[in-house]
Amino acid sequence: MTVTLNAEAITRLTERVEGAQTRGHAIPRLTEEYPAMTIDDGYAVQSALRARYLAKGHKLIGWKAGLTSKAKMIQMGVDVPSIGFLTDRMARPEGTEVSVKGLIHPRVECEVAFVTAKNLSGPGCTAADVLAATDFVLPAIEIIDSRFSGFKFDLESVVADNGSAALFVGGGRPRRVADLDLPTIGVVMEKNGEMLAFAAAAAVLGHPAEAVAMLVNILHDLGESLPAGSFVLSGGITEAIPVKPGDNVIARYQGLGSVSVRFVD
Amino acid sequence: MSADLIARCGDELYDAFVGRYTLAPLAERHPELTLEDAYRIQERFIARRVSAGESIVGKKIGVTSKAVQNLLGVYQPDFGQLTSGMVYQAGETIDLNALIQPKAEAELAFVLKRDLKGPGITAMDVIHATDYVAPCFEIVDSRIRNWKIGIRDTVADNASCGVYVLGDVRGDPRDIDLALAGMVLKKNGELFSTACGAAVQGSPANAVAWLANTLGTLGIPFLAGEVILSGSQSALVSVVDGDVLTCTIGGLGTCRVAFSGKSAA
Repeated sequence: MTVTLNAEAITRLTERVEGAQTRGHAIPRLTEEYPAMTIDDGYAVQSALRARYLAKGHKLIGWKAGLTSKAKMIQMGVDVPSIGFLTDRMARPEGTEVSVKGLIHPRVECEVAFVTAKNLSGPGCTAADVLAATDFVLPAIEIIDSRFSGFKFDLESVVADNGSAALFVGGGRPRRVADLDLPTIGVVMEKNGEMLAFAAAAAVLGHPAEAVAMLVNILHDLGESLPAGSFVLSGGITEAIPVKPGDNVIARYQGLGSVSVRFVD
Repeated sequence: MSADLIARCGDELYDAFVGRYTLAPLAERHPELTLEDAYRIQERFIARRVSAGESIVGKKIGVTSKAVQNLLGVYQPDFGQLTSGMVYQAGETIDLNALIQPKAEAELAFVLKRDLKGPGITAMDVIHATDYVAPCFEIVDSRIRNWKIGIRDTVADNASCGVYVLGDVRGDPRDIDLALAGMVLKKNGELFSTACGAAVQGSPANAVAWLANTLGTLGIPFLAGEVILSGSQSALVSVVDGDVLTCTIGGLGTCRVAFSGKSAA
């Protein structure tokens, strides 16, 4: 870990991000004020943010992987995905109305979610370790929302902003991983009855379990591990699609059923 | 266009195909050329191949994705004829020396066990009439310079068909979710792109139904035993000597193809 910011700066940035997330307003990228900020500084802010939410009574239920497609990683100039934490306050039930109140510019992505049956820890966690520790997988829609103006961000800022985590909806049909060929599972994202994105789960690092393994190894660097019973979003299979009140979104997965939400004010 | 001019255009394409050279776009040289004329030119081009000893073995469907339709400004698919000279068996290496400016596309192929006589054919009829489906690669090729094609040029040029190869796995469409089956395309072992069946007209079976209805209206036979390449699920892949592509369709299996030699352009 190469944290360069002092405690005071980390507190300042944490308060700024928390304010933007809580009140739903956009802020400039953190690197504009701290151009020398590192990715580890970003994680220091994210960890402080997590501590604040947990102190308020939010419950940590799992983690998310981001920047899991090769194209996105090349675009951001990184060779590992980013991660963010998930709390109970971000969960929404499938088949219901989801309010976009408090979100700035929400977008939806289709993802495979993992629920773990055993503890996982790094370093050296592999996709095979992840599959062996998985209770079941299920389809999910992640609603991401960058708190940075115009969805423009760099990796340092997006890590501090908890990987753009906002809300998520799990649902569909839970399946055992042994019964599936995860990489070839096809996914269609529909918005208002129109099919907008078509992909297979291999779009996430060749296999979604690879993203979970990388996530566990990043957790190790942060001094954390992934306890049994965790919920993990393994990264966007489809491109992120903007949504607004009135939009209906359905994510259909081969063999895993579908997840739907309707966005309201 | 006059019958003479149509025959002349068909002959030009045939000569370019045999001589492995390209032509300036026909639509540029003959602005009056209609889509109907283009299909009649295609008929001539294929008639030349048949009189040279080939036989009709199936059909290909093109312009099936929204992206390609937007690119060409055409909002329905097109079709071409598959002839015996285009067939490679699974495991054979594709000879690039015989092609001009080839690109590969990953598709789902249907093989019919009953004739399909449109109009009035639905996707259900297609499944009922299907013997089996298989993952396949179509190697498209254009006799038009630098692929500078609009819809009329590609139709006249037999929907830019080059050669094709079916994987040696066969599936029953009753066992496969045709719309949601994921497609994972790898080039030399690296992930190239992913998609799923729905990228083709909502489902590849819809594309085949469209073809049956279109052929029925035109009085062109569509018979048991024919192979139908249902439309590209991937972006076009450039290939050179030594390249190996695989496409894996979820719940079905893999088609692998290797390339050798050097294409003309």
